Amino acid sequence: MSRHTLSVLTENKPGVLARVAALFSRRGFNIDSLAVGPTEHDDISRMTIVVNVEELPLEQVTKQLNKLVNVIKIVELDNSQSVQRELMLIKVRTDSESRSHVLELVNLFRARCVDVAPDAVTIEVTGTTDKLDAFVRVLEPYGIKELVQSGMVAIGRGARSITDRSLRAIDRSA
Amino acid sequence: MTEKMTGAQALVRALEHVGVDTVFGIPGGAILPAYDPLYDSTKVRHVLVRHEQGAGHAAEGYAQATGRVGVCMATSGPGATNLVTAIADAYMDSVPIVAITGQVATPLIGTDAFQEADISGITMPITKHNFLVTNAEDIPRTIAEAFHIAATGRPGPVLVDIAKDALTATTTFSWPPVMQLPGYRPVTRPHSKQIREAARLMTEAKRPVLYVGGGVHKARASAELLELAELTGIPVVTTLMARGTFPDSHPQHMGMPGMHGSVSAVGALQRSDLLIALGTRFDDRVTGRLDSFAPHAKVIHADIDPAEISKNRHADVPIVGDCREVIGDLTNAVRTEQADGRKGDYADWWQLLNGYKETYPLGYEEFADGSLAPQYVIERVSALVGPEAIYTAGVGQHQMWTAQFVRYEHPGTFINSGGAGTMGFAVPAAMGAKMGCPDKVVWAIDGDGCFQMTNQELATCAIEGVPIKVAVINNGNLGMVRQWQTLFYDERYSNTDLQQVKRIPDFVKLAEAYGCVGLRCERPEDVDATIAKAMEINDVPVVIDFVVHKDAMVWPMVAAGTSNDDIKYARDMAPNWEGGE
Repeated sequence: MSRHTLSVLTENKPGVLARVAALFSRRGFNIDSLAVGPTEHDDISRMTIVVNVEELPLEQVTKQLNKLVNVIKIVELDNSQSVQRELMLIKVRTDSESRSHVLELVNLFRARCVDVAPDAVTIEVTGTTDKLDAFVRVLEPYGIKELVQSGMVAIGRGARSITDRSLRAIDRSA
Repeated sequence: MTEKMTGAQALVRALEHVGVDTVFGIPGGAILPAYDPLYDSTKVRHVLVRHEQGAGHAAEGYAQATGRVGVCMATSGPGATNLVTAIADAYMDSVPIVAITGQVATPLIGTDAFQEADISGITMPITKHNFLVTNAEDIPRTIAEAFHIAATGRPGPVLVDIAKDALTATTTFSWPPVMQLPGYRPVTRPHSKQIREAARLMTEAKRPVLYVGGGVHKARASAELLELAELTGIPVVTTLMARGTFPDSHPQHMGMPGMHGSVSAVGALQRSDLLIALGTRFDDRVTGRLDSFAPHAKVIHADIDPAEISKNRHADVPIVGDCREVIGDLTNAVRTEQADGRKGDYADWWQLLNGYKETYPLGYEEFADGSLAPQYVIERVSALVGPEAIYTAGVGQHQMWTAQFVRYEHPGTFINSGGAGTMGFAVPAAMGAKMGCPDKVVWAIDGDGCFQMTNQELATCAIEGVPIKVAVINNGNLGMVRQWQTLFYDERYSNTDLQQVKRIPDFVKLAEAYGCVGLRCERPEDVDATIAKAMEINDVPVVIDFVVHKDAMVWPMVAAGTSNDDIKYARDMAPNWEGGE
């Protein structure tokens, strides 16, 4: 099994996320991570889906996804040829003694402190899965009270855009 | 041209514009506004069925008989959910239908309102696409899109759920609307490099087989198939969904492959070195145990749906395209090969295959007590009614016998439920087929189990003047399940006996109650006369209760989960594969 990152351009319509998610579960695939949001084009949404599958089932799920009428385009982003980021918010137990240690770690990881209370700090951190995992490990000794993490978003390196040609398809149909 | 009208009027007008002439359905609260303008339409005939499932299967029968999109209509909630089985059936067999359902008014959606069901959510995994329409202005465009999606690419069911307030609101109507489907671009033109590679493999192969599925008729490519087959001399097998796509009488026809296929067809696939799979999807009922299916064969796989290619079996030469274009291009490419002096030599192959055909023809057991063999009944129906008629079937033993013992010569003359295996398909599908093709004789070959699931549509047939024939192959049992109990469950017949010895119900009386003619036949010597009598009656539907022996079994058989090589042509009788060599 290996991790694959799919960028899925869809029509920005109600129910599209349900169709995509249902397709994964119906065909027996687990989604490791999912992020959905708008793009530079009002009519197009973009999903970044991370799946852990072999090559052959990946091809099958991609073909099935392509059959969804609301799906415009699917691109698999190569890990080395793309920038991948997740966002995490972590609430860590701190007191006057431990706070400075935690803030030192925040600086080391180029994270940000976004809220401070007498007995806790809330930290915002972005990065790859590996970086976030490492950050969580170093904070664990202090006591993690709460943690929330976004799905991964990813974009290809270089000047090329995966939306360009899809926009033309939209323009043609309009 | 734009006109002011209600959403309901726009719906009916849109249906007229896309060419709908028949709608099968039942009205109810949420869809009621649509039924009012429908009442005035002179172009669209609405057929009031007795159960929404009947409407769905009738739309399927209509679609498969005519090649046009079938239409069914129902109200919200239970009306819509009653369509679900037929929609799932159409999805599995790629039948182009559009289901139009009423939905509760927009402000009520999500409130568990009376007769509310999330039918677009429910049908998401069993439709090619579906729509929930909440604005009247979206109705014409959505109808145009629904019919376009249903009919093009790999055909399939599309559901349009319309909120009641969208039907009653006022809108402006203009036609044609501009479709907005940026993500829908089916590929129909095959890649020329792949075609050349396929032609090269066909010429080099020693044991090629044309493995033909339902997609070939859906592409209206049976004439092209005949040309390719005769040009190359390659043997042809026709799957359950492709029966009739290649003439049974043709010497190159090897029969139907699969769990109940002929020894010659199954043997041809298993011993093949090249499968040319056209519009077919390597279904488990064809392949048997997948890892031992056609073990020596390379695979050319042509299908309009890229997701079918290499789904179950790796394709050495994948071809995405419409079968009609693919077969036409293949024929041209093979001609080029032949013009260059390269022609396949399949003489040894044919010697082996003809040996299978001669040694293991389809056959059946007759009963010493003088009772009726079901296969004999179907064989006689085919002989007397002939290959110009349309045959429909339900699901089970009678379906397999109808696939085996009716002689098909024309594409689209066998309409049945293949992928979903929906019992009760035959009668409503026959009704839809007959309404789509009124000049054709339509016979539903049904089982007594199936018949009791949907025979209420006989009332529709009698009232609407749809004179179908129904041959009930009545063995008093859920025969296919009973066969498995005989073979795999020590003859423990758990819940398969329908107690027909008590004649509950009496199918002759039932037919009469529905305004049909009911006939009964219990002895072999009466079969021809009974069929002849049914053929003489053309003003009302006819139901024949053929009371047959309960122990008849479908052979040949590849037991579920076993290899095609282990096919039995009768109980405990395995073919000798090397015998022909």
